[in-house]
Amino acid sequence: MEGSIVEMGALIGAGLACTGMGGAAIGVGNVVGNYLAGALRNPSAAAGQTATLFIGIAFAEALGIFSFLVALLLMFAV
Amino acid sequence: MADEAKAEGGGLEFHPMDQFIVEPLFGSGPVAWYTVTNVTLWMALAIVCVVLMFVLGTSRRAVVPSRSQSIAELGYGFIYKMVEDITGKDGLKYFPYIMTLFLFIVFSNFLGLVPTAFTTTSHIAVTALLAMGVFLTVTVLGFVKNGVGFLSLFWVSAAPLAIRPILAVIEIISYFARPISHSIRLAGNMMAGHAVIKVFAGFAAIAAISPFSVLAVTAMYGLEVLVSFIQAYVFTILTCVYLKDALHPHH
Repeated sequence: MEGSIVEMGALIGAGLACTGMGGAAIGVGNVVGNYLAGALRNPSAAAGQTATLFIGIAFAEALGIFSFLVALLLMFAV
Repeated sequence: MADEAKAEGGGLEFHPMDQFIVEPLFGSGPVAWYTVTNVTLWMALAIVCVVLMFVLGTSRRAVVPSRSQSIAELGYGFIYKMVEDITGKDGLKYFPYIMTLFLFIVFSNFLGLVPTAFTTTSHIAVTALLAMGVFLTVTVLGFVKNGVGFLSLFWVSAAPLAIRPILAVIEIISYFARPISHSIRLAGNMMAGHAVIKVFAGFAAIAAISPFSVLAVTAMYGLEVLVSFIQAYVFTILTCVYLKDALHPHH
């Protein structure tokens, strides 16, 4: 259980950075939930919007991946 | 830091990131730019798979397609329709590039799911090269096709005049963030999924929770098959969106 205080800070920071992934989860859930709500009201228009759905998911998810990357950098690179 | 975790954990040994180590294929030693590594091997295998599926699969050109031919035709039609839907008719000229990107990424992702395989797309070096290729192609194409008019991409004419300069700054920042998010999205997703599988596999060493661990690995593997395809699809669809911006920069 020995280590420098810098290491401790890096690990705590990595844990904190992971909370950003929760935000991405909310975002992706929001996108898909709204898509589903719209698709169930008008199923005939749903098929044309799947590409938009995936673009929306990708943009929302990218920020979660960024926070994951920050966590990895803090754990393995700093 | 990983070594200390191993020493403290008793019977548990976590090495979730060991699968991403780049090492020479023959012998050992430093990795130079010309060294044949495991990355080289799995990239070459991905290309061999693409060639096998598309050259051999469609070589007979049967009217009633065989199983491999119908898979190849399905994939071709899927991407063709996507390019046509998003970029329009004039984007179809660039269909071969987009198809190449999709096939390489989807086969790299799927080959990475083979146990003990190396996932080439989990390395930012690989995906950054692909994303920079897309970014440079699209930027050069935008200026060649539209001249200075390409800059109207950053000048949102639908917004009130007062906030257009602010929007222009935001648009320019988001334009240059594109290759970063484009590459990190693919690499991060692949790396995270494979690391999670390895972490769950590590729990199998504890007898009490090993059935849960095996179930979790199976479930995560199923999810990873889905994610492999979706990430290749997302990479391709974003390439199409960027291409559309280059061909029709006016909002």
